[in-house]
Amino acid sequence: MKGEIYRVAGPVVTIRGIRPKMYDVVHVGHEGLMGEVIRIQGDKATVQVYEDTSGIRPGEPVVNTGMSLSVELGPGLLESIYDGIQRPLRVLQEKMGDFIQRGVTANGLDRERVWEFKPIAKNGDSVKGGDVLGLVQETENIEHKIMVPPTVSGTISEIKSGSFKVDETICVLASGTEISMMQKWPVRKPRPVGKKLMPNRPLITGQRILDGLFPVAKGGTAAIPGPFGSGKTVTQQQLAKWSDTDIVVYIGCGERGNEMADVLNEFPELQDPKTGRPLMERTVLIANTSNMPVAAREASVYTGITIAEYYRDMGYDVSLMADSTSRWAEAMREISSRLEEMPGEEGYPAYLSARLSEFYERAGYVRTLEGKEGSITVIGAVSPPGGDFSEPVTQNTLRIVKVFWALDAKLAQRRHFPSINWLTSYSLYTQGLADWFTENVAPDWVPLRDHAMDLLQQEAELQEIVQLVGSDALPEDQQIVLEIARMIREYFLQQNAFHPVDTYCPFDKQYKLLKAISKYGEMATAALESGIPMKDILSVESKDELAKVKFEEDFQSALDTVMTKMDKEFAQLGGK
Amino acid sequence: MTKEYKTITEISGPLVFLEKTEPVGYGELVLINLPDGTTKRGQVLDTSADLVAVQVFEGTGGLNEESGVVFTGETIKLPVSKDMLGRILSGSGEPLDGGPRIIPEDRVDVNGASMNPYSRMPPEDFIQTGISTIDGTNTLVRGQKLPIFSGSGLPHNEIALQIARQAKVPGSTEEFAVVFAAMGITSEEAQYFMEDFEKTGALERAVVFLNLADDPAVERLITPRMALTAAEYLAYEHDMHVLVILTDITNYCEALRQMGAAREEVPGRRGYPGYMYTDLASLYERAGVIKGRKGSVTQFSILTMPGDDITHPIPDLSGYITEGQIVVSRELHRKGIYPPINVLPSLSRLMNSGIGAGKTRDDHKAVSDQMYAAYAEGRDLRGLVAIVGKEALSERDQRILEFADLFEDRFVRQGRDEDRTIEDTLNVSWSILAELPEALLTRVDNKYIQKYHPAHKGK
Ligand SMILES: Nc1ncnc2c1ncn2[C@@H]1O[C@H](COP(=O)(O)OP(=O)(O)OP(=O)(O)O)[C@@H](O)[C@H]1O
Ligand SMILES: [Mg+2]
Repeated sequence: MKGEIYRVAGPVVTIRGIRPKMYDVVHVGHEGLMGEVIRIQGDKATVQVYEDTSGIRPGEPVVNTGMSLSVELGPGLLESIYDGIQRPLRVLQEKMGDFIQRGVTANGLDRERVWEFKPIAKNGDSVKGGDVLGLVQETENIEHKIMVPPTVSGTISEIKSGSFKVDETICVLASGTEISMMQKWPVRKPRPVGKKLMPNRPLITGQRILDGLFPVAKGGTAAIPGPFGSGKTVTQQQLAKWSDTDIVVYIGCGERGNEMADVLNEFPELQDPKTGRPLMERTVLIANTSNMPVAAREASVYTGITIAEYYRDMGYDVSLMADSTSRWAEAMREISSRLEEMPGEEGYPAYLSARLSEFYERAGYVRTLEGKEGSITVIGAVSPPGGDFSEPVTQNTLRIVKVFWALDAKLAQRRHFPSINWLTSYSLYTQGLADWFTENVAPDWVPLRDHAMDLLQQEAELQEIVQLVGSDALPEDQQIVLEIARMIREYFLQQNAFHPVDTYCPFDKQYKLLKAISKYGEMATAALESGIPMKDILSVESKDELAKVKFEEDFQSALDTVMTKMDKEFAQLGGK
Repeated sequence: MTKEYKTITEISGPLVFLEKTEPVGYGELVLINLPDGTTKRGQVLDTSADLVAVQVFEGTGGLNEESGVVFTGETIKLPVSKDMLGRILSGSGEPLDGGPRIIPEDRVDVNGASMNPYSRMPPEDFIQTGISTIDGTNTLVRGQKLPIFSGSGLPHNEIALQIARQAKVPGSTEEFAVVFAAMGITSEEAQYFMEDFEKTGALERAVVFLNLADDPAVERLITPRMALTAAEYLAYEHDMHVLVILTDITNYCEALRQMGAAREEVPGRRGYPGYMYTDLASLYERAGVIKGRKGSVTQFSILTMPGDDITHPIPDLSGYITEGQIVVSRELHRKGIYPPINVLPSLSRLMNSGIGAGKTRDDHKAVSDQMYAAYAEGRDLRGLVAIVGKEALSERDQRILEFADLFEDRFVRQGRDEDRTIEDTLNVSWSILAELPEALLTRVDNKYIQKYHPAHKGK
């Protein structure tokens, strides 16, 4: 049957003459623009088109592929940068120059590149979905496991070894099924797992306020909502750079082109703190910037999470950053309104909340089909209009995620970075991870942190009084509380992402820094009790010097110097 | 494709609907011949085998069912040439200066294609504007999009012009070409810009597009696209560094809202279309630097915040797309400070890549951070002083309070023609930081204190 275009209205095209299934990928027009069927009504179907539709006319042909929107999974994903529908941007540049023209197809995986395949499975082995057939060294540190596709099983009748292209057969089953290093998977369908497990290890990010106060677990979910310019992107990039994760999938969803260029520029130069290799070697980038087609923006988060699931299936810890999920929600809204669907809250479609939870549900710490452990941690930026968290995307997201990092414009304005509000943010993993911290950081880490949180709470209450009477009117012990809280904020919580040393803070350093502040607190309180004047306690020089130790290349010796001085200074203050 | 249709069935606001046409392309340019012999232009918004909707740029006044409609078979294009420099064109690209038509070197689709993120070169060349609140604390770089968020009656035009006059990349002799697009501003305001361009000779290296307040609102939707098309052409085909000034983005958004209402779309926040973010992005993202090409497009647009409200959808969505914003403050303006830029809500996201040793100066970042922190605290203290009086402040707080005043008076305030070098700006910064106790300079490394603090410098 021959299909044709009936109507074109922006990214939404109505077709007739063929009978596609929902979510089938179709090619519309003489240029064969790619699109996806999103509604079927009588003899017509509605298609969201992933490319610009200018100049496309009614009557042009439509061809159905009969396949759902899928990604190609196999060696070569790492170090790539894709658009929302997995077209490699590098290839698009080669084919059409610096500006993206339409109608160009490009495979997600390079068909020419040859990979060295080392088999693990043997002839006669009976295998099922998720089992590892062999290995490919994808980058210096990442071993790519070639797995049996989830829906396939059988007995191996032939397995090869040597150099292959991704679409060449490397294994044949007794049933005749041929398996290559590449699988295709429909993006809107989660890849199956053995079992979901309870997350119990933290994702260590090297960011003090995150690791210290509001940790996320490996396999957990977190949201960073905040007004423009408050630090969503910088925080996400910090996580992508410094997290102790095996694989990073970074989705620039409807955001700035220059930000992606920045990542592309920086990541090959930066070192993975765990392996010392260039960060790019563990990273997959998806860039569907704000000026690229909205339908492809809508698809980009699915493309990203499917790639993440694929590496999780190999038993890796994967982190996925989506910047920004609000732009994804807006893409849904834009398409929905073109379909003249009944709008829900603020014009978003009624299925907004369902889509968001389906997406975050694909995160998790799991037992894979093969029986190994793997995880996907999902961190979504949210961009609420006017910075107002009561809007639908923020609210629906908060109902799902377990960690809430609330960015605060006031803090950003005074250049307190990361401008995460310590009073309104929370992590529901704090309890569950306490044992891990006690064992792996320090036995007194948890009480130390709880005490710091408590001081910050007290400070907030005292500040209200200060606003009325000024700080000099407070009793002295409360002035000390204010001072220690200030130190926690400025010395510990503030962390400059652009400082070569401070950008990444190992857990050990976090602990020592907080411990040092707490030490001053103890000595100050004791000194006050023994009758030493407030003024003297506050003018201890080593206290101010503590502000800068976090920037020192040789942190330990800088800290030792300051703390020795502090002991001396307090000793000199004397007291009874 | 010269067939003329007389099948208009409905005219509604800026929209015209027709039946029974040959297949018409989405986004196609449309010519409408009126009974009185004039011709208007429009664009296809929706096309099906049965009905075509056209949005008319010059407004539908004078149209009736007798009007003839011609579909040109191509999308809207701008004839471009290097000879555009020095020319004044209408909001839809027609010469207004009595000069000849532009003899095109090329004709380019005004919607522009999106730049491949992989082709982008992260912007990092420091532009010295001569204004301390920008150069010192919100540095602009070549290829950035950094709008001015202002309010009605504030001197944003003066600031924009001062920047256009003074902007240079230190060490480079190349001057910026300016592409100026007026969208819905009054002829008086436009005049103000034109006179300054003429007086300073800037007009010779400028292309001006004028859509004034009494020009049709729909035309406003293509004016900035024309301007950006010209800018891209000069930048990427003729290796020029182009500064684009679009004013006023707010008028553009009003036109967008008006069109949305005419199409009976479901409105988004405060009546603006749900796709306004995407639409604005299609303008703002047309700035940048491309790997391997010499030119660049820098955007410095003006946006007046309705009711001075930065959370209003227009500044809000803009802020989410641009690489920062320069916020003009009514409070500072009332205090008689020029330029009344409030650095606290202002931001340049690309500052970090444009400053530091070898670009501006090694202490730049630290100095800027320190001034922000102290000024922010000083302003908070002003609020407190109003309640408890200055005496209730500690010695430390009093010094910070004084710093805030010094900052506004010496750093922010400058002359309308005062073109400060970055050295000047940083030196002013140190002269006021020196008024704070040294222990309060927690954001500045000791080595910079030794090197630049007036109390240590050269000792
Ligand atoms: N941890 C940090 N250290 C230093 N500077 C920071 C940090 N976080 C944010 N910033 C500063 O704040 C600016 C804005 O941050 P960012 O671009 O992440 O905001 P955003 O929330 O993503 O905004 P938008 O929603 O508009 O994309 C940065 O350009 C940087 O100058
Ligand atoms: Mg961002």
